[in-house]
Amino acid sequence: MALTEKLADATEALITAYPAPQGEGKWATDARSNALATLRENGAPTRRDEYWKFTNPSTLIGTASSAAIMHAEEKPVFDDIDKLLVVFVDGVYRADLSDDLTIEGAAIETLQDAMAKDIHWAKDVYGVLEANGQSPVSRPLAALNTATATEGLVIHVTGKVSKPVAIRYVRQNTDTDVMVHHAVKLEEGADITVLENGPAAARFNSCLEVDVADTASFHHARAQGRDHERCAATHMFARLGKESSFKSFTLTVNGALTRNEAVIEFTGDDAMASVSGACAGDGAFHHDDTVFITHDAVNCESRQVFKKVLRNGATGVFQGKILVQQIAQKTDGYQIAQGLLLDDDSNFLAKPELEIYADDVICSHGSTVGAVDETALFYLTSRGVPKAEAQDMLVLAFMDEGIQEIEDEAIADDIRERLGAWVERRRD
Amino acid sequence: MLKITNLKASLEEEDKQILKGIDLEIGEGEVHAIMGPNGSGKSTTSYVLSGKGGYVVDEGSATLDGVDLLDMEPEERAAAGLFLAFQYPVEIPGVGNMTFLRTAVNSQRKARGEEELNAAEFLKLVREKAKSLKIDADMLKRPVNVGFSGGEKKRNEILQMAMLEPKMCILDETDSGLDVDAMKLVAEGVNALRDGKRSFLVITHYQRLLDHIKPDVVHIMSAGKIIKTGGPELALEVEHNGYADLLNEVA
Ligand SMILES: Nc1ncnc2c1ncn2[C@@H]1O[C@H](COP(=O)(O)OP(=O)(O)OP(=O)(O)O)[C@@H](O)[C@H]1O
Ligand SMILES: [Mg+2]
Repeated sequence: MALTEKLADATEALITAYPAPQGEGKWATDARSNALATLRENGAPTRRDEYWKFTNPSTLIGTASSAAIMHAEEKPVFDDIDKLLVVFVDGVYRADLSDDLTIEGAAIETLQDAMAKDIHWAKDVYGVLEANGQSPVSRPLAALNTATATEGLVIHVTGKVSKPVAIRYVRQNTDTDVMVHHAVKLEEGADITVLENGPAAARFNSCLEVDVADTASFHHARAQGRDHERCAATHMFARLGKESSFKSFTLTVNGALTRNEAVIEFTGDDAMASVSGACAGDGAFHHDDTVFITHDAVNCESRQVFKKVLRNGATGVFQGKILVQQIAQKTDGYQIAQGLLLDDDSNFLAKPELEIYADDVICSHGSTVGAVDETALFYLTSRGVPKAEAQDMLVLAFMDEGIQEIEDEAIADDIRERLGAWVERRRD
Repeated sequence: MLKITNLKASLEEEDKQILKGIDLEIGEGEVHAIMGPNGSGKSTTSYVLSGKGGYVVDEGSATLDGVDLLDMEPEERAAAGLFLAFQYPVEIPGVGNMTFLRTAVNSQRKARGEEELNAAEFLKLVREKAKSLKIDADMLKRPVNVGFSGGEKKRNEILQMAMLEPKMCILDETDSGLDVDAMKLVAEGVNALRDGKRSFLVITHYQRLLDHIKPDVVHIMSAGKIIKTGGPELALEVEHNGYADLLNEVA
C-alpha cells in the first residue's frame, strides 16, 4: 500500500536527516539500498501504527534534543568483570580507549572496516536479519539504522570465547544523535557473551543482529545508562539454529524514553531463547519493551520475563507476541510482564499476544500490575526492618525474577547491585 | 511487661468492631495462653499489638514495659522487644531468608543503639540456632518461606524469634500444622528462650502444646473479649468439654 503524501514526506525527511554513507564496498551499498527501500515502503513510525499506540515515536524521529550528561560517582556497570573492552565515545569507536580486538574464538572488526571491503561474511547477517524482522510488523527505525549506521562491531564467532566482549558507550557531548549497528555471526558450537553499557547519546538508535548457528550459544546483557533526558530506540534481531541458545537481559534505570524491540526467530529444532529485562523509572520515564518471537521449528523454548518498577508518573509498556507456526509442535512459550507501581500516578500498559497454529504446544502468558504487597511489607517490618528498607527489599525481589534469567552470577550480581543503589537513592 | 487495657479495635474498611474491650496483663517471665473459638479475635489481638494495617484502635491502650505500643510503627514495636510468630507466615519470593534475618537482626540492633553483627558472627549464630530447630542450611538459603511446608514455616518463625531475642513473644497457633516431633522441637525452642524475664503469649486451640510449654495463666476469648481467666486447668477443661459450657457460664 502506498504511503500517504504526508507520511512519504516525513519518511524522506527522516532519511535526509542522516548523511548517506559514501565509498563503501559493494555488499554494504546493497544492504543499505535494501534497507532504504524497506523504509520507503513502510514509512516512518506514526502514532497510528498498531505497535506505536502506547509510545509516541515523535521524539525518536524529529530533531534530537540534547540531554544532560550524568556524572555518576560509581564504577561503570560490568567494570569488575574480566572482559575485552570496546569503547565508543559519542557513538564513535575509539581504538585508543579499547582493548586490542584480538581474541581466541572470534574475529572482531569495526563495522567501518568491514564495510570498506567489497566482500565480507557480514553480508549474510547485516541488514538480513533486520529485513526478515520487518514483517509482519515493520521496524522503520531499524531499517533507518541499517541504511545509515557507520559505527559498530562485526563479530564472527568460531569457538568458545573465554571472556565477554564488553561494549561501553561513553558520552562527552550533550547533543548527540548516535547510530550504532552490530552484527554477530556464531558458527556451530560457538559461544560468546556480549555486554553493553552506558547511555551512549542524547538520542541513541542501536541495532544488534545475531545469527546463532546450530548448537551455538549467545549471551547478552546490557545496562542502558542513567542519564535522565536521554532517549533510545534499540532493536535486536536473532535467528536461532538447531539446539542453539540465545539469552538477552536489559537493565534500564532512568532515561526519558526507551523503546527496546527484540525480534527472535527459531529456525532449527530444540533451541531456546530468553529475552528479559528489569527497569526502574522515576518521573519523566517511559520505557517500552516490544518483543516478537516466532516459533518456526519443533520443540523450542522461549521465555520473556519483564519487570518494571514505576513511580512519580513513570510509564512502562510491554508488547509481547509469541507466534507459533503450524510446524512448531512441542513449543514451550512463557511470557510474563509485570508492573510494580509505587504510587497512583504511574502506569503500566501491557499487550500480551499469542498466535498459535500448532496443536501440541504449551504457551503461557501473564501480565500483572500492582502495588507493593502490604502483607509482605508488614511481615518484614514486624521483624524490625524499617518500612523504607522493607519496601526496597520487596522492589528488588520483584525484579529478581527478571535478573534470574541471566546465567552468569557475577553479571547478575552486578545488575542487582545497580538496582539496589537505584532504590536506595530514592528512599523517602 | 505487657499491659492491655480495655482495648477496642475495628476494621478500617468496614464499620465492624472485632476487639470489644480486652484486658490482659502479663508479668515478666510469665507464660499466658489464650484459647477461644474460631473468629473470636485472637489473631486480631496479635495484629493490633504488632501494628498491622487495616485496623483502627477505638479505645484503650497497650504498653510494653510502660511504653505505648499503639503509637509506634511495626518496626519500632519490634525493636522495643515485641515479636509475633504468625499464624500464617508469609511467603516472600525473591527475598532470601538469610538476607531477611540478618537485616532484621541488625535493624533492631541499630534501632536500639547496639553494635550490628558482622557476616561471620551472624552466620555462626544462625547456624547454631537453626541446628537445634532442625532447620537445614538449604532452607536458610531459600526465599523467605517459599516452598516451605506448613511445619517448616512454623519452625522458621521460631528461628526468627530465637535470633531476635524479643522480650515479649506472641505465638499465634504455632502448633497448628505441626507433627508430634515438630511440636516438641518448637516447644523446646520456646522453652530454651524462657529465662525468667522473657514473657510469652501463646494462642492455641490445643492443650497438647501447653503440655510442653506450661502456662502460668490461661485466658478464654470469645467475641472480642476475655471471658474467663484461670490456671492451666482451664485449658484441660476446654480440651474435654469444648467452649459451650464456658460460654453459657458467662451468658
Ligand atoms: N481484615 C479483615 N477483614 C474482614 N474481617 C476480618 C478481618 N480481620 C479479622 N476479621 C474478622 O474478625 C474476626 C476475628 O478474627 P481473628 O482472625 O482474630 O480470629 P481468631 O480468633 O484468630 O480465629 P482462629 O481461631 O480461626 O484463628 C473474624 O470474624 C474475622 O472474620
Ligand atoms: Mg487466628
